[in-house]
Amino acid sequence: MTQDQLLVLIYKKDEKAFTHLYDMYSKSLFAVINVLVKNREEAEDVLQEVFVKIWKNIDSYHESKGRFYTWILNIARNTSIDKLRSKNFNNSQKNLPSDNFVHLLDDSNKLVNKIDTIGIQEFVKKLKPKCIQIIDLLFFKGYTQQEASEELEIPLGTVKTHNRNCINDLRNYLKV
Amino acid sequence: MEAKEYIESGILELYVYGLLSETENEEVNAMAKNNPEINDEIIAIEKAIIALSSSFSPFISAEHFEKIKEKLELKHSKVIELEPTRNWSQYIGWAAAIILLVGIGYQYNQLEQTNTQVVNVEAAKAKMEKDLNTLQLKNKASETSLAVVRDTKNTVVALGGQAVAPQSSAKVYWNKETKVVYVDAAGLPEPPEGMVYQVWALKLNPLTPTSIGLLDNFKVNDQKMFAVDNATDAEAFGITLEPKGGSLTPTMEQLYTLGKV
Repeated sequence: MTQDQLLVLIYKKDEKAFTHLYDMYSKSLFAVINVLVKNREEAEDVLQEVFVKIWKNIDSYHESKGRFYTWILNIARNTSIDKLRSKNFNNSQKNLPSDNFVHLLDDSNKLVNKIDTIGIQEFVKKLKPKCIQIIDLLFFKGYTQQEASEELEIPLGTVKTHNRNCINDLRNYLKV
Repeated sequence: MEAKEYIESGILELYVYGLLSETENEEVNAMAKNNPEINDEIIAIEKAIIALSSSFSPFISAEHFEKIKEKLELKHSKVIELEPTRNWSQYIGWAAAIILLVGIGYQYNQLEQTNTQVVNVEAAKAKMEKDLNTLQLKNKASETSLAVVRDTKNTVVALGGQAVAPQSSAKVYWNKETKVVYVDAAGLPEPPEGMVYQVWALKLNPLTPTSIGLLDNFKVNDQKMFAVDNATDAEAFGITLEPKGGSLTPTMEQLYTLGKV
């Protein structure tokens, strides 16, 4: 289902639409949330909160703002960071976990171990460490280019292209 | 020119990640709207990153989805409308499902019947085993009684009915070698509720009664053949009716039978 097809359904706000929404994005968002909020039970609470927010604020999304996925991804990141802050009484933005998303594999028996996802996991393990770091910081943790360049000690101007090359490797593997 | 360069710059990835400023965002939106190549690229990047992240999702508990639906009051809120266009395969699918269901129902029914039969047979078997057991026990009791009666080393003492019950009688089989004493109480009436027969070995001069046992479970013992304690030097045997549990000394008014060795 494409974003356009999903949006037509979502504006009807029925159970079927919600089921599609959940099926399409819950895993992706849950991975992001788990990277940020490391406790799995809390992560499930956050995921629930995120879907409630998406559903209740659906009218404030417009296609002119950007991709629907980007919109919900930001909700997931912000809700996770709020959760972290409320726990730590600490307002610093840099209070993010140091583990990268590949650490989610440590608990591999808890993962959704479908055959097709195992393939990607194996592929990611073979990715250059720099690629894992850059995708982790930019996509999962929502770092700005500035922050990522400091963290990775690479020139600010190369962050974008670097990330692009890594995503291209992934796309070649996935054939998308 | 522009489109390719734009794509290669890597800005579209950041656009999907949601990391661009509002101005940059608007710029990408405008570019995507006017250029299908850029739009397709965005969709491909999105697909890749969703696939990647989804594959790293820890297991989400099954109740999670239901809990959210409950929270949003979405449960069964609306009937899902079926689309009017149908095709053949749908009907075949439904037909297959119905046949399968009926089949399962039939099989289940068969299974239930078989199970009931098995249970019945098991019950009958258990009853027969119990009967057999009872018979074997009875048979053993009969053999024991017979062996006692037939034993030539026995001293047999016939006890005659006394004042309380002139019709009653009993026999004592006393094997002095094996020191075993049996009482055949077939000639005694059933003791009333709460009462029991007590057997006494008696010495006559002076009269000293020693209890050698109770005829417990009188009703249940079909053979009415009771083993009691050894009676050393008994000169006579008597049987009295005593309250349940027996007495220390015989109640002579309730002396049913008596006989000298």
